[in-house]
Amino acid sequence: MAVVTARAMTDGTSAQAPKMAVRKLDLFYGESQALYEVDLDIAEKQVTALIGPSGCGKSTFLRCLNRMNDTIDGVTIKGNVTLDDRDIYDKAIDVVQLRARIGMVFQKPNPFPKSIYDNVAYGPRIHGLVNSRDELDEVVMTSLEKAGLIKEVKDRMAEPATGLSGGQQQRLCIARAVAVSPEVILMDEPCSALDPIATAKVEELIDELRSNYTIVIVTHSMQQAARVSQRTAFFHLGKLVEVGDTDQIFTNPKDERTKGYITGRFG
Amino acid sequence: MSLTFLLLAIALLCALSFFFGRQRAVGLSGGRYSNLHSLPVHYGVYTALWCGLPALFIVMVWYGFQGTIIQALIVADLPDSLTSDPGQLSLALNSIGLLSEGRGAHLAGAAPELIDAGRRLANLKSIASGALVVVMVCGALLGLIFSYRKITKDMRARNNVERIARGLMMICSAIAILSTVGIVFSLMFESLQFFTKISPLDFLFGLEWSPQTAIRADQVASEGAFGMIPLFVGTLLITFIAMCVAVPVGLFSAIYMGEYASPKFRAVAKPALEILAGVPTVVYGFFAALTVAPFIRNQGSLLGLDVSSESALAAGLVMGLMIIPFVSSLSDDVMSQVPQSLRDGSYGLGATKSETIRNVIFPAALPGIVGAVLLAVSRAVGETMIVVMAAGLAANMTANPLQAVTTVTVQIVTLLVGDQEFDSAKTLSAFALGLVLFLVTLGLNVFALKIVKKYREKYD
Repeated sequence: MAVVTARAMTDGTSAQAPKMAVRKLDLFYGESQALYEVDLDIAEKQVTALIGPSGCGKSTFLRCLNRMNDTIDGVTIKGNVTLDDRDIYDKAIDVVQLRARIGMVFQKPNPFPKSIYDNVAYGPRIHGLVNSRDELDEVVMTSLEKAGLIKEVKDRMAEPATGLSGGQQQRLCIARAVAVSPEVILMDEPCSALDPIATAKVEELIDELRSNYTIVIVTHSMQQAARVSQRTAFFHLGKLVEVGDTDQIFTNPKDERTKGYITGRFG
Repeated sequence: MSLTFLLLAIALLCALSFFFGRQRAVGLSGGRYSNLHSLPVHYGVYTALWCGLPALFIVMVWYGFQGTIIQALIVADLPDSLTSDPGQLSLALNSIGLLSEGRGAHLAGAAPELIDAGRRLANLKSIASGALVVVMVCGALLGLIFSYRKITKDMRARNNVERIARGLMMICSAIAILSTVGIVFSLMFESLQFFTKISPLDFLFGLEWSPQTAIRADQVASEGAFGMIPLFVGTLLITFIAMCVAVPVGLFSAIYMGEYASPKFRAVAKPALEILAGVPTVVYGFFAALTVAPFIRNQGSLLGLDVSSESALAAGLVMGLMIIPFVSSLSDDVMSQVPQSLRDGSYGLGATKSETIRNVIFPAALPGIVGAVLLAVSRAVGETMIVVMAAGLAANMTANPLQAVTTVTVQIVTLLVGDQEFDSAKTLSAFALGLVLFLVTLGLNVFALKIVKKYREKYD
């Protein structure tokens, strides 16, 4: 294990300092340990994909990055997670502001039962990001544009968001996250509830968002990881087995377990 | 022959048939139960049902018609002088009944035809009960023999038993539904009688309620006014006060219990809150009448307000207290049904807990909460005991919560308590009030359930 983590640490390819850094992260659900000494750097303005078999802890890890695990009872966390070199688990950090800087998109599209407009305006409103109705309109429009949804919804902003198709709902959720202007966007299997065409659209969107945001995506589809990410981390049984450039992981994995998983021998 | 004895006999016959049916199936199986279509116990139950149900049916039908038939026989033999007048006839039948049971000592000097009829009645009754036993046992045995002969290796006893069980459940639900229908009809018939005496328009839109009417023609009394508006105003006033207490307190306690309280605290506090729902309403009633009402009057007099000792405020406050657990547990249910994914979505955008509750959970649960509140309103409208004890009897038409008012339910109680003539407008008006009250609460319930249902379909 020590060898692997050492490799993971030294394997960082990006020249500049990482946007987020995780060191020796242990996580427990009550008594049982779900993550073991995870070390991972997340490079700025890149897509980092987390892959691994079901139950390997990749979603749990993702939720550590914006402290979503705080909402679950009985979770204890040891180790360090930093955003721009500041520990996000520090007492001085306001978790509410942290989550505004690190947005999240979930597995199942979860639009609020409100209008399309109100869904996107939700974040800016609660954080007081805008001072006037015009500004809010502007933020909503640009967010929807960034999420590639503007053409489909611009005539139906007042309609309930639950009336959109699954793929549209998921892009609306991305627009909703973008509207808060986060620095990092976490995506937990964002395409697993979508059909192939909607998936292609979301993947395209992720690729475009990369120029402005740091993205971490959990995915079950190895093709998706290969298509959208620059770096890939492979989790197995709560441990980070291997991390590296996506090309390298998929063509020349160093660890036997990674090789076995990506060639479909287990998982 | 008492009913208990008959039921015991049927149970015994069923047990016997169960044994026979099972034995026959075991015998047919040749030692291996897998040769049978069903388990031996199914064959046993099958024969037992075939034996017990016909017997029960016979007993029920018999008891249903026995009285009418015997009475018809007795009446046929009575002289015309007695049967021509319905009042006379019912008096005579009463005496005959007493005489037949040997309890008519005070009727010793009664007319000989009555004494004869009494003897005949006793005779007929004993014949009937003897015949019932014979017919019942015959029915049971016929059922037993019929089903026993039908048992073969391939008979689908299991499926048949299931079909019979389904029929029994259907009958049970039919009883529940039919009794509701029956209640409504009895209300309706009495109300129709009332409306022949008082015009429905006067009743529905009259502004004065004073149901004291002359019982005898020579008595001096008021005409009686049957306008129900003051009663409904009183009911609405008290309901409004109750909801002013119950909705905010119930809702906020539901939010606290569901969203903020630690599981440990909730495990203690929730049952404690629900104890409120278990307090008998009569206890609330004297709490309102003896503690709250005097307290309000004293406080009011300190402030220089004129508070009557029985006030709408006291009744309404205590009723609100009673309804709190109703509102809180129903709205807790609907709020916990809001999917976790919506909460996550809100937290993920950096919303605080209270922002999430206010902007996401509450609006999503609102239709369900409205449904809960409407159910609570219909509960408050129908509540009787508290208002009887604390709100008073004066049919004031007022919006002042410090005065005594009266409600529909209170008036129904006072109209029917004590000796009353059952064909006077005064008594019958109780049924008309009951009917209107029933329609109001029914409407509220249907409306509320519709809203709750619509909400349930929204997710998944």
